[in-house]
Amino acid sequence: MKILAIDTSNRPLSVAVMDDDNLLAETTLTTHRKHAEFLMPVIEDLVKKADLVPTDLDRVVVAAGPGSYTGIRMAVTAAKTIAATLHIELTMVSSLLTLCLNVSRPNVFLNPIFDGRNQNMFTGLYKLDDTGRPVTVIEDQHTNLTDWVKLLNHYDEKIMIMGDTAAFESQLRESLADRLIIADKLTDIPNAARLGNYGRSLAPVSNIDAVVPRYLRLTKAEADWQKVHPNEDTHHYVEKI
Amino acid sequence: MTRNLILSFESSCDETSVAVIENGDTILSNIVATQIKSHQRFGGVVPEVASRHHIEQITSCIEDALNQAEVDYDDLTAVAVTYGPGLVGALLIGVTAAKVVAWAHGLPLIPVNHLAGHIYAAHLVEPIEFPAMALVVSGGHTELVYMPTENKFEIIGETRDDAAGEAYDKIGRVLGINYPAGKPVDEMAHRGHDTFKFPRAMDNDESFDFSFSGLKSAFINTVHHADQIHKQLNKDDLAASFQQAVIDVLSDKTVRALHDYPVKQLILAGGVAANKGLRDRLTEDMKHFSQTKLELVPLSLCGDNAAMIGAAGEMLYRHHVRADATLNADPGLEFDWLKQPQSIE
Ligand SMILES: [Zn+2]
Repeated sequence: MKILAIDTSNRPLSVAVMDDDNLLAETTLTTHRKHAEFLMPVIEDLVKKADLVPTDLDRVVVAAGPGSYTGIRMAVTAAKTIAATLHIELTMVSSLLTLCLNVSRPNVFLNPIFDGRNQNMFTGLYKLDDTGRPVTVIEDQHTNLTDWVKLLNHYDEKIMIMGDTAAFESQLRESLADRLIIADKLTDIPNAARLGNYGRSLAPVSNIDAVVPRYLRLTKAEADWQKVHPNEDTHHYVEKI
Repeated sequence: MTRNLILSFESSCDETSVAVIENGDTILSNIVATQIKSHQRFGGVVPEVASRHHIEQITSCIEDALNQAEVDYDDLTAVAVTYGPGLVGALLIGVTAAKVVAWAHGLPLIPVNHLAGHIYAAHLVEPIEFPAMALVVSGGHTELVYMPTENKFEIIGETRDDAAGEAYDKIGRVLGINYPAGKPVDEMAHRGHDTFKFPRAMDNDESFDFSFSGLKSAFINTVHHADQIHKQLNKDDLAASFQQAVIDVLSDKTVRALHDYPVKQLILAGGVAANKGLRDRLTEDMKHFSQTKLELVPLSLCGDNAAMIGAAGEMLYRHHVRADATLNADPGLEFDWLKQPQSIE
């Protein structure tokens, strides 16, 4: 199975082309944020270097969020359009879980964090199962540091944080003390080859057209509106004319 | 003669649209998914909400456009896409999807300026004859564009503040009309009379530039003043007075431009081009220009749509304008680059 894996959830861009669990070509960049300009040229280049043409691909695996809204939209738009236009499979993976794929250490909880600004964060809690695959302990969510620490305090395990942790480290250290482990810097960067390998065995989505990024947060306009209109169906606002 | 088929994308604001255009002038399909109902909840377009809706719609619009046109990717000649001006997050969805389709099927990619698209909607009715002039009026634009020859666009007049459509939405809010206010205000204007005599901004000015913020303020002040003294104003007359002021300025400037730039064709394009008052007035004015044919873009193609992008895309294709996979959205795109196209001759 020829796989294209894409992660542009945050500042890093990582793209890989795989043949089953063999890595054919991979690019990871952290030096810029211009995913709009770089993503397609990188995909083009890697597919060519893997000695493939687009129609050779069988599946796209995408880190679908959470993350920067523009970043996850770029990846998901590219991924769903590639899958739809080539009539191939599409698999979505949590962008937080993707970071956990960098870790092979058992018996600790894995806590990937993306900065949501103003003490807010996108985060989730994972552990590795017997086969070394991450499984969810606490669902991915948009939350704030105070509430998140309360949830973490329900557990006694050591907790390894990774991702955009800088803004949260000192406070987490205060409440978790010796339980806190800070992952090395390479763990903060998604690795598309691992993403592709993980997504290889997952079920593909059944309706590609309906795929949207996992924002995990309503727009402010939408949230305010829903407060005032709690019972309204928020779907079907877009119509083809 | 082989068929030239262009798959075109438009996502610059609140419409996701994909079309298939044959030979630059024939619409085989023009799928438009409009988000108006969603943004009406907020009284105007919310950029982040717009981006989210575009991504929901994009692939099904592609499939519908191909199916309705009864063509497959193998039949296509090129892919065209709006890359500016517009909302950056909205533009990016169309640009990304177009780049993917071009790459996946080995097709050339043509970058299209949204304004050129609005003008080329006219080409879908009748071939544009040069030199030509276009008055482009919409929620985002009020522009007089002179086209000495094909693929040369020169902005000779533009708004210095609000776009005409923007002014409609703002005074619409004061009248209690939800966005988009163009059509309801137009209808009210036809029931009322120009009794308020609002200022015609820059009407006697030498330049061909427009300004609508003074008119908008005069309108709002009139209504607020009446509110303060508990006086009821006739809303139809308010709408008629506002519309008359807008139309006077638009048509006076256009007529003056036509004296300085004699053209074979005048094109009225953009969302506000659907305004009946404006269409009637220009039709009347143009009776004095026997050498110039008036081309009113049909109502169905005045709003944002991909068919017009395909029409402009075909022209650019013939002029060898191409983009590569690095193409980015350019929210503030201007016409300048079109004067000296990045041609690969
Ligand atoms: Zn427009």
